[in-house]
Amino acid sequence: MSTEATNITLPRAASLMPMKTFGIDTRFVMPLLITLILLVGQAFYGILESYPHTLTAIGVALFFEIVLSKIDRGTFPFLASAYISGISVGILTRSPFFWTFALCSAITITSKYVLKLKGRHLWNPSNFGVAVMLLIAPSSYSTLSIQWGNNLWAMLVIWALGCIIIYRLKRFHITLTYVLSFLFFGVIRSFWTGDALVAEIAPITGAMYQLFIFFMITDPATTVRRSKGTQMLVVFLVAAAEMVLRMMENVHAPYFALFIVGPIANLVDIYWPKKSEQ
Amino acid sequence: MSWRKICIIIVFCLLLTVPFWISYFSADGGGGMDRNAAMERYGFYFEEVAKKSGVDFVHKAPTLDSKLDNIMPQIASMGAGVSIADFNRDGWSDIYLTNSAEGSLNALYRNNKNGTFTDVASDLGVADVNKDGTGVSMGAVWGDYDNDGFEDLLIYKWGRTALYRNEGGKKFEKVETAGFPEWANVNTGIWFDFDRDGRLDIFLGAYFRPDIDLWHLKDTKIMPESFEYANNGGRNYLLRNTGDGKFEDVTEKMGLKSTRWALAAGAADLTGNGYPDLFIANDYGVSELFLNDDGKRFVDASEASGVGFAPKSGMNASFGDVLSDGRLAIYESNISERGILLQGNNLWVPREGTSGNDVKFDDLANAVGVEDGGWSWGSQFGDFDNDGDQDIFLTNGYVSLDRNANYWYDFSKITIGNNAIIGDAANWPAMNGRSLSGYQQKKVWLNDGKGGFQDAALALGIRETYDGRAVAVADLWNRGVLDVVVANQRGPALVYRNHLEKGRNWIAFELPEDESIGARITIFRDGEKQTQEIQGGSGYCAQNQRRAHFGLGSSGKIEKVEIRTPDGKTRTIESPATNQLHKITG
Repeated sequence: MSTEATNITLPRAASLMPMKTFGIDTRFVMPLLITLILLVGQAFYGILESYPHTLTAIGVALFFEIVLSKIDRGTFPFLASAYISGISVGILTRSPFFWTFALCSAITITSKYVLKLKGRHLWNPSNFGVAVMLLIAPSSYSTLSIQWGNNLWAMLVIWALGCIIIYRLKRFHITLTYVLSFLFFGVIRSFWTGDALVAEIAPITGAMYQLFIFFMITDPATTVRRSKGTQMLVVFLVAAAEMVLRMMENVHAPYFALFIVGPIANLVDIYWPKKSEQ
Repeated sequence: MSWRKICIIIVFCLLLTVPFWISYFSADGGGGMDRNAAMERYGFYFEEVAKKSGVDFVHKAPTLDSKLDNIMPQIASMGAGVSIADFNRDGWSDIYLTNSAEGSLNALYRNNKNGTFTDVASDLGVADVNKDGTGVSMGAVWGDYDNDGFEDLLIYKWGRTALYRNEGGKKFEKVETAGFPEWANVNTGIWFDFDRDGRLDIFLGAYFRPDIDLWHLKDTKIMPESFEYANNGGRNYLLRNTGDGKFEDVTEKMGLKSTRWALAAGAADLTGNGYPDLFIANDYGVSELFLNDDGKRFVDASEASGVGFAPKSGMNASFGDVLSDGRLAIYESNISERGILLQGNNLWVPREGTSGNDVKFDDLANAVGVEDGGWSWGSQFGDFDNDGDQDIFLTNGYVSLDRNANYWYDFSKITIGNNAIIGDAANWPAMNGRSLSGYQQKKVWLNDGKGGFQDAALALGIRETYDGRAVAVADLWNRGVLDVVVANQRGPALVYRNHLEKGRNWIAFELPEDESIGARITIFRDGEKQTQEIQGGSGYCAQNQRRAHFGLGSSGKIEKVEIRTPDGKTRTIESPATNQLHKITG
């Protein structure tokens, strides 16, 4: 998810991306796509806890973005990234309590302003918010995991749409690498656990992963800013960490894998001189 | 570092502490305490007296086709049902418990009127009902289908549902030509007179498809196609009582076509037209509400009413006037496993300003504090402390096996997958003796009368953590208090005797057997009115006593009571005497 855009200067990561996608300002493509998924999903499947819960998440995210931007920079922020963060929290959070939606959004947005090095985010904000909520409020908070439809055609439509857009945004290699890595590790887990291969690869056919692979791991602002090969290596390591967590029977393995690997990769990216700099 | 940055960091740190403070200030009153302390704080406590009172029933689960061995504890996880009846019309509530192992015996505990019970099921012919080839019991409900004044027994099964006619309270005869489905995997059954013709009809809600014989599987593709959107369950049955001892299948004709995974059903007049509407709690999907169009057909109002939009894992359907405003709310149980899946239970309360066929419901479970019940199963409303409002007793727990091994990871792994994967039992990872939401603490939510509930189960003496399924409420010893019976899967039945302090008043009403189910009783007092409807089955695989019991608190007076019998006639009793049971005659 884009997280750093303002109405004054495009962030460095975003500047690496095309300015227009399908004739639309690239910064609006992701907000439009995720809104589309949300509305269609809710209309046909009732995917949300409720509209009020999701609106709470979005509202709090926008509120914190505005307030913190004013405090931190004294400017009114470009709100697309906060909107995506809020809507992501609204979709990913599955809890009956309104306060969990509000708090997750607040932590997500605030983390962008606190957990930075040399102007770079270490964590994907939504991933950070979700993972931290799982750690600090396990009795009140859970994430989208076993919910949503298991309909193959609906999944294929979202995959096709997501792939086209991710391709146009030049992030397809990240998604593809993750999917292939997941399948590879699924085969290993199947051999290791004795469970059916389809059971091991079942998660990636679910809705939660559609959000994870299209929106979270491809976030330009929190992926390493090096060659495609390096980005693919990082996402392979995310899948590897997820494999380890899955072997430890962690239900929220993908969130925690990105939570662990993401900042390490970004730290290396920040402090390890690039060839051109050497 | 600038002061602005420091402010943001402080905010960030404070945000991280929010859950701690919320948890700190919202700790419920469920901590254990001794009986004297419970009596002082809550005015009552429960004592588990099953063994002491002679109820020594232990439920046994079935052993199904070995193709399901990998997840047998999960599949064979239902069948412990309990229903209350006064089968011999001696004025004392008796208890019927269902068993589910092949060849196991169901039990009918006759009330000895001295605090003890005796199992007379074998003597009366309603014990040996789980014979090989006929399927096994999932639950049972009582209703006087032939209007002879004695309640008859309907046993619904994974297999052949059976009806036993009560011969004057002395024995039971199986009704051979009842017109029931040859084979169906039924998990809920209720009696109700949907067309108000004076004869009790039957609704049967099925779980697995009817072509599936769980002991002789053709293949393992028997599971739901989705965890939340499954539509490949068994068909349901609406069986109209034709009056000659037979039942006619009018399911399609009346508009009940769904094939979801029904686990619980209940009928009550939610629109005010005098005809019972039908609520179905479905596993793996949305709930369904069918409004009764004057007995001519049922209209699907699931989405329009608000109860059938967000899919969950419905396992309970019970009705209670939680706000004491004369309107019935629906309590539906679902799954909550902390840190993994928080569906939350639903308390569907009729929205102010809506009525008739336009009735809308809002889920107030979170707002009033009855949402997190763990892996919830059966639940019933009842005024356990006789303080004048409806409390909730909830049982829970799915599969309690190895305390140190958890199946949740594998469960979540498979259930997220697409329908081709989740739908085949062979794909499900083996449970290998692991627990799945096992050993859970039950809930007794006490209504504070101000729109809130507080869990006091532990304090009130509810400490058993078997895999609870069915809950039934009755005044077992005619003392003017509500006792509770809980049927546990692969565990002993529990009888909780209610010890209530003196000075809490009550009133109860009982109608003749042939006018009881569907009767609506409303009491008026202190500007409030409270309503109950007599159920032919409610909760999960359960049925309460047919008495309407109202706690009155310390006031002890009511202005009037209105009693609407199933035929639509209403009678009013002015200033009825309290602290007694009123037997209403036809």
